[in-house]
Amino acid sequence: MISVEIPTILRTYTGGERAVTAEGDTLGAVIENLETAYPGIGDRLVEAGALRRFVNVYLNDEDVRFLDGLAAEVSDGDTVTILPAVAGGAPAAAVG
Amino acid sequence: MLEISQELVDSIVAHARQDHPDEACGVIAGPANSDRPTRFIPMTNAARSPTFYEFDSMDLLRLYRELAANDEDPVVIYHSHTATPAYPSRTDISYASEPNAHYVLVSTRETGTEDGPYEFRSYRIVDGVVTEEEVRIGSDAS
Repeated sequence: MISVEIPTILRTYTGGERAVTAEGDTLGAVIENLETAYPGIGDRLVEAGALRRFVNVYLNDEDVRFLDGLAAEVSDGDTVTILPAVAGGAPAAAVG
Repeated sequence: MLEISQELVDSIVAHARQDHPDEACGVIAGPANSDRPTRFIPMTNAARSPTFYEFDSMDLLRLYRELAANDEDPVVIYHSHTATPAYPSRTDISYASEPNAHYVLVSTRETGTEDGPYEFRSYRIVDGVVTEEEVRIGSDAS
C-alpha cells in the first residue's frame, strides 16, 4: 500500500482528503490507480505520457525527476507527495 | 483584504531590491486557518531570471514539511516583477495553485536595487480568476 499526499488544489478530486492510499509498483501505475479511484486527477499530473512540468512529485524525500519519473519503482510503505510548483513569470512585453 | 505588518512589507521589498534584476520570491507563513501572515520565508528563485520565478523542488518540499510540522499555512506567496507592473501575468495566474493564499506582487521597475518608489499589491487568484484586494498595513502587533 502506498500513501499519497494530496495538495489543496487537487483535493476536489479526493472529496477533500489530504492523504489517500493507492497501489502500484511504479509511479505511473500508482497514478493510474489514483485515476481509477478519483477520476480526473490523472490528467492534472500527466500529459502525453510524462509528468507535467509544473507539478512536483516526490517519492519519499526525492523528486521523481531525479529518479525515473513515471517509471520510478515504488515499494509497499512508500509515500508519494504531490506539490504544484510555485512559479510564474512577467510578460515578455508590458502588455499585462 | 490582506492585513500585514509594515515590517513584513519592508522585508518583502528589501528582498525584491536585493535580487533585482532577477525576480525575487518567497512565502509568509502564518498559523493554520488564521489568514494572518507572521513568518517571513524568502526563497531562492531557482530560475534566476528577470522574467520568471520558480521555487526549487526540494526547497518546496522542505518548506511544505516545515509548514505542516508548525501547523502553518502559506498565507502570502510573493514575487517581484522587475520591469513590468505589479500585476499578475498570464503565467502567474495559470500556475497559482494555493487558492487560500494572498498573492503579493512587488515591482522594482522604478528604482531597481535603490530606495525609492515601488509597487506593492495583493491579489486572490482562484480558478484562474484574479481579484485585487486591499492591503492594510499595520504596525507589527503579532
